[in-house]
This record gives sequence, structure tokens and C-alpha cells, in this order.
Amino acid sequence: MKKLCLSILLFSAFLMTTTPGFAVLPDEVLSDPKLETRAREISKDIRCLVCQNQSIDDSNADLARDLRIIVRERLTAGDSNQEVKDYLVARYGDYVLLTPPLNLETIFLWGGPFLLVVFGMGVIVLWYRSRAPGSAAATQEGSLSPDLSASERQRLAELMAEAPQSEPNKGGDK
Amino acid sequence: MSQDVSRAKRNRILLGLLPLLIFSALVGAMGYQLLFGKDPSLIPSALIGEPVPKVELEALKQDKPGFGPADFGPNAGNDQPILVNVFASWCVPCRAEHPIISALAREENIPVYGLNSKDKREAALEWLNELGDPYTRIGYDPTGRAGIEWGVYGYPETFLISPKGEVVYKYVGPISPRVLKEEFLPRIEALRAK
Repeated sequence: MKKLCLSILLFSAFLMTTTPGFAVLPDEVLSDPKLETRAREISKDIRCLVCQNQSIDDSNADLARDLRIIVRERLTAGDSNQEVKDYLVARYGDYVLLTPPLNLETIFLWGGPFLLVVFGMGVIVLWYRSRAPGSAAATQEGSLSPDLSASERQRLAELMAEAPQSEPNKGGDK
Repeated sequence: MSQDVSRAKRNRILLGLLPLLIFSALVGAMGYQLLFGKDPSLIPSALIGEPVPKVELEALKQDKPGFGPADFGPNAGNDQPILVNVFASWCVPCRAEHPIISALAREENIPVYGLNSKDKREAALEWLNELGDPYTRIGYDPTGRAGIEWGVYGYPETFLISPKGEVVYKYVGPISPRVLKEEFLPRIEALRAK
């Protein structure tokens, strides 16, 4: 039983680690494994403009294949990864990148999650403050009021001074 | 004390209404996008405002030239806006827009360059024989490489090029009479008025 569990676990781990490139056809693959790795890396960040939510590395579309071949051609010609991406952006715009660059148009896209976190934290802080002693809601329930007059304040100070400094046994008595 | 209770009650009602409010906001936002929004699958051309791509296209036909960057702009002896229409014989919507392209070339007297992309030459010639050839020049791009230079991702696509040789506008998909009237004709008029 233990053996079976282990082999199932190993098999699923194997399934997870190997993601075969179904879309990349054998005739596209470069002979230089280093360049091919870079090509795969770039292709994963290039959007297939026909399917739009797939990268060209995943897509079987005709245009995706053409773009994969272009990526490999540029790499073979000595382009850096960034130069390859710039080449495609010049023709298809920022939209071709699956990781959009940070600029004025995308500032809300990138900043949105942080804004939401700040907003949520603000709501939490406000919520706690409204419940904390001294707030309007708590005052109505009869606890400490912040708005004491001068004479009240003085009286309070007197009472505090009269009270014993420490009462070690009081908490334990019933 | 009773004030306190009514306050708590009001807060609870507001809290209960919150899902409804969020739902209405979502319906509003999505409805707006559905009725008035842009189609998010249409990608604006990266070439707008740029000179036409520097790519030479060989001729499709023997008796009609292909085109390259030198065939646009003032150096080409041209003071007219030009349309570049990407088409292929296998593309069904291209067939649908063909009469409109033809009418545009005939009635508006505007040069239309055809970009025959990812097609077989014989098939393209046959297609033009059958439907008629409205094009001034036709470039032949069997590999689709020139199409990529032009940022083409769907068929058909139609570019409007200014007399200066810059890309002014691109429409993806077949030109319908409405698109012709609302998108192309006003822009052509504006270019001619300049």
C-alpha cells in the first residue's frame, strides 16, 4: 500500500515537472540548446494575437508558429532577449507582451492590487478605531469619555490619587 | 440607548444591502461594456502615426506591380490617401468585403493596394478573376512575413495611409457598409481636406 502511494506520488510529480511543448514543432527547434532555451523563455511571454490568452509557446495558431520562427531567427542573428521583444512590440504594440511594461497606460493595472490592499487596510483601521474605547460608539455604551470638562478632570485626578497604588490580592478574591 | 439600537439596526440593513449594491455596480459596468464598450479582442495597430513598414512586396500578377515603401508618400508622386487591403483567397470575410472594396476604389477614386498574404499564387489569381480586381497594385506575400511587418494578425485587415505615407488607421475584419460610412469615409475626407 505504501509502495503504491509512493509510486502514485512520484508519477504525479513527474507529470508536474514535464510540461511538453505540444505547440512547438520539431522543425522549429534550434540545434543550439542554449538558444532554444532562450527562445522558449521569450515565447512564453509573447501573446498569440489570434488566440490572445495563450502565449505563442502554447498556441497552435499559424501566426504563433510564424512568430516562434521569427523569435528563433532573431536569436540566431545575435539579438538579445530584449531586442527580440522590442522587434515584436514595434509591429504589434505592447499588447503582444504577456507581461505589460509599466507606463502611464498600465499604471492602474500594476498599481491596482496595491491600492486595494491600502484601501482594505484603511477599512480595517477605521473599523477598529470605531470600536476602540474613547470613540463615539464606545462612549455611548458608558465607558470613558474624552470630553471631560476641566473640573471633571481635576476630580478624576483627585480620585485616582486617593486610590491605593497597588492592590495585589484583589484580583484573586471572590 | 434606543438610539443605539436603531443605529445598529440601520447598519445591519446597510450591510445586508451591500451584496445588492455590488451586484448592481457589476451589472452596470458589464452592461456598459457590452452596449457601448470597445471589442477587447481588437488590438490597436502599433503602426498608427508611423511611416509604412519598410518591406518590398513582389508582384502577384505579371501585368500589375507589387509595392514597397517608395510607393507611398510624396516621393511616389502621390497626393492621395491610399488603402492597403490584406486579403487571401482562403479568407471568407475577404470575399464578403470585396464588393465594398471595389466600390470604394471605383466611386471614391482612391488607390487600393492589395496585400495577398499566405496564399497560393494560382488560387489568388483565380479569386481575382472570379470576383474582379479592384487593386492598383498587388503585393504577393506567400510566407506572411510582410504581413507580420505590417502587424497583421487577422484577415482581412485594411490600413488607411496618409498622402505623407504614414499609417493613419487600421480596421481588422471585413469592411461593412456601416464601417465604410462611419470609419473610412470621414477619415478619407479629412485627409483630402488637408
